[in-house]
Amino acid sequence: MCLGIPGEVIEFLPDQPDLARVDVSGVKRVINVGLLADDPPEPGEWVLIHVGFALSKIDESEAAAALEFLEGIGQAYADELAALQESRIE
Amino acid sequence: MRFVDEFRDADKAHALAAKIAALCAPGRQYKLMEVCGGHTHTIYKHGLEDYLPESITLVHGPGCPVCVIPMGRVDDAIHLASQPDVIMTSFGDMMRVPGSQGSFFDAKAAGTDIRMVYSPLDSLKIARQNPDQRVVFMAIGFETTTPSTAMTVLRAAAEGLGNFSVFCNHVTIIPAIKAILDSPDLRLDGFIGPGHVSTVIGCRPYEFIAREYGKPVVVAGFEPLDILQSIYMLMVQLSEGRTEVENQYTRVVPWDGNLAALNAINQVMELRPYFEWRGLGFISHSAMRMRPDYASFDAELLFQVPGVRVADPKACQCGEVLKGVLKPWECKVFGTACTPETPIGTCMVSPEGACAAYYNYGRMNRHRVVEVSIS
Repeated sequence: MCLGIPGEVIEFLPDQPDLARVDVSGVKRVINVGLLADDPPEPGEWVLIHVGFALSKIDESEAAAALEFLEGIGQAYADELAALQESRIE
Repeated sequence: MRFVDEFRDADKAHALAAKIAALCAPGRQYKLMEVCGGHTHTIYKHGLEDYLPESITLVHGPGCPVCVIPMGRVDDAIHLASQPDVIMTSFGDMMRVPGSQGSFFDAKAAGTDIRMVYSPLDSLKIARQNPDQRVVFMAIGFETTTPSTAMTVLRAAAEGLGNFSVFCNHVTIIPAIKAILDSPDLRLDGFIGPGHVSTVIGCRPYEFIAREYGKPVVVAGFEPLDILQSIYMLMVQLSEGRTEVENQYTRVVPWDGNLAALNAINQVMELRPYFEWRGLGFISHSAMRMRPDYASFDAELLFQVPGVRVADPKACQCGEVLKGVLKPWECKVFGTACTPETPIGTCMVSPEGACAAYYNYGRMNRHRVVEVSIS
């Protein structure tokens, strides 16, 4: 919850510019990118997501490292991914 | 794996360790606090203390948002959740945190409508779908989650949603660090600053630590080499007699933080005069509440909240662990009466908690722990 999880931006939702579909470890869900409005990510770029909101842009190597770190935490990340899977904010 | 290896190269780690050792003044002991529970996790998973000279001790700080919630707030939340027509929503991390009468999981098993959500925005959706019920979001966390709550309240206000409110338990990291600096129990030489909190608040809020307390701060990433690099940067400062705030995690943390996130927090929330932290007691201006303009989203105003204070279990020494005075394994109930499966203290609940990190990776030179009853 406190640690950000990396997601790759796939696309922005039509008519809802603050929402984007991202891929987090194969789970594709919609998140809010409104807090990056000053420098919005492009599709294909990576963001660090905290409880449904992107808080920073990161590069691909950082995303890989962050993912590896989270997978090392074990059950907590599995639980977070399961929660993300259930998330429907759009 | 190509990407990850560059953060975990053993040769680089040993080279850094040698440089760190060379900076230690003979006969001097160094105590460095890692504030963030994520860092604690990396340190124990990778055994980073084994790379360091014995004169450097890493002390675990209070930066685990679940760990600092006092039992009374859990009781208050369960009281809220038990009111007629209320649906309480919460992050999964919170579900096993013990209150005096049990956890959210226990309350849920007893029939209280408490639902796990991934995002506060999920709570908003539940509120839209259940217009005849009142949805209360159990908001917890440091500055990594506070902007999300603030943005969600702004969204609820824009939609005119009348059945959504927030039980706000958001805490701020700076006053907790200050409380530790002011504590007579512990003398610290420097801080490994939290990574993800700093993506929001930036590096400037730590400047008082360097300026007024004369301690260096290095904001650090979560990889083993990030942490060793940060320790090296702290030791360079100490050996040169400098005390500054430096940013090792520039690939993620901007010096000024995320201004949009800070603005959202500031629009919706204000500092409380004081807030109780588990183990640390009441700390001035250390937590957030709704501003009067957003009073209609403040569960503490919409409902009667008992506001009970509950003393931590006598056997539990989370307070000393959160302040870094005790190592987790020095707690009387560590690993015996208190385990991740049956936690007494919050530090054992969250994977970011120092006790859970120790327990899971077994990195301790602990003496034989005598089993102690909970009461």
